[in-house]
Amino acid sequence: MKIVIVGCGRVGAALAEAFDNGGHEVVVLDTSTRAFDRLSEEFKGQAIRGDGTDEDVLRKAGAEGADVLLAFTEGDNRNVMSAQVAMEKLAVGKAIAKINDPVRAAAYAELGIATVCRTTMQTDAVLAYLDLGKTGMPSVIAPVPHVHEDGAGPVASPVAAGAGPATAEAQARRS
Amino acid sequence: MFVLVVGGGKVGYYLTKELIESGHEVVLMEKDRARAAQIVDELGSIVVPHDGCEGKYLGQAGSNRADIVAAVTGDDEDNLVICQMAKHHFDVPRTIARVNNPKNEDLFRHLGVDEIISPTRMALGSIEQDIPVHELLHLAALDNELEIIEAQLQADSPAVGRTPADLVIPEACSLFAVVRNGVATPLRSDTVLQEGDKVIAIGRADCERMLHEQLIGATEEAGAV
Repeated sequence: MKIVIVGCGRVGAALAEAFDNGGHEVVVLDTSTRAFDRLSEEFKGQAIRGDGTDEDVLRKAGAEGADVLLAFTEGDNRNVMSAQVAMEKLAVGKAIAKINDPVRAAAYAELGIATVCRTTMQTDAVLAYLDLGKTGMPSVIAPVPHVHEDGAGPVASPVAAGAGPATAEAQARRS
Repeated sequence: MFVLVVGGGKVGYYLTKELIESGHEVVLMEKDRARAAQIVDELGSIVVPHDGCEGKYLGQAGSNRADIVAAVTGDDEDNLVICQMAKHHFDVPRTIARVNNPKNEDLFRHLGVDEIISPTRMALGSIEQDIPVHELLHLAALDNELEIIEAQLQADSPAVGRTPADLVIPEACSLFAVVRNGVATPLRSDTVLQEGDKVIAIGRADCERMLHEQLIGATEEAGAV
């Protein structure tokens, strides 16, 4: 598989190494070349400096038609934008964006992007360790087939303002 | 009208101020507490001192009853997310995003933002109008990726001495007026074009290359092939 990873932080670098070891074609992007110090000397993929929300940069990095794009920078919104550029402009097969705000994570799954939410994952991990049950939210929320193409109208939103966890639960049940 | 403005920088501040003065109901979201407090001192208690990208706070600010959400922070990705959350999660009928990188304009429209404000594009437009280059000038960007474009015909333009009927004009595009000696007239299919004419066209951005060939001449790129 061809895998593009945006953001070479701890998670991005670990994923890059894992896919590289698994024999996949890996491209990692980061705005800072220092971030690439996290990669081991054995890393055989490409490390490219650039802004992963910029369509031209992604194109030059060979993201067009890639199998997977993982957006794992520190900024939720940068990740969202990067994943949407990948899906809408570059015909990438699957895009996963790290979004730490649970409300946004659930909302974007409805807009066709798979999301992973550290807030939910860590909460669940702690609750499980302490035998207190789970939040009921999946750690990776699969995208709901979306219908927003070119103003075809808003996707129905299950829950109104300010009810974050409920939204995610509704999402979890549906996916 | 209830307008929710996100981003209390210069643009957000003056936008909020003007809207209040014209009698609209406005709430401004600004995540920097010191800046938020300063705006409260000047404009009154209409500020929610939180991050408008955060779903929870966007809800608390009343986005589900807003007629318009205007995302005018300095970061394009934040403005995109604010508009998408407003539109899809809170059913706001009209969203406006400030875009700093002109390359993001098309993407944002494609992703459902209703209106784009692009300070960079506006400045670029004014500068281009002052420089007599042999290029197409972008006069205005309309909805649906349509643009109004002006081409000033030079002596070497392939269109000089011909009529619009003789030209190959892209399908989704139309030439609609000509400015000659400062006088604008509708462009008829039998108008013979002259050197110095300014031809005004409306069309999709992707017609540009063909318009360029027909009105200005083949591009350098094309010539090199």
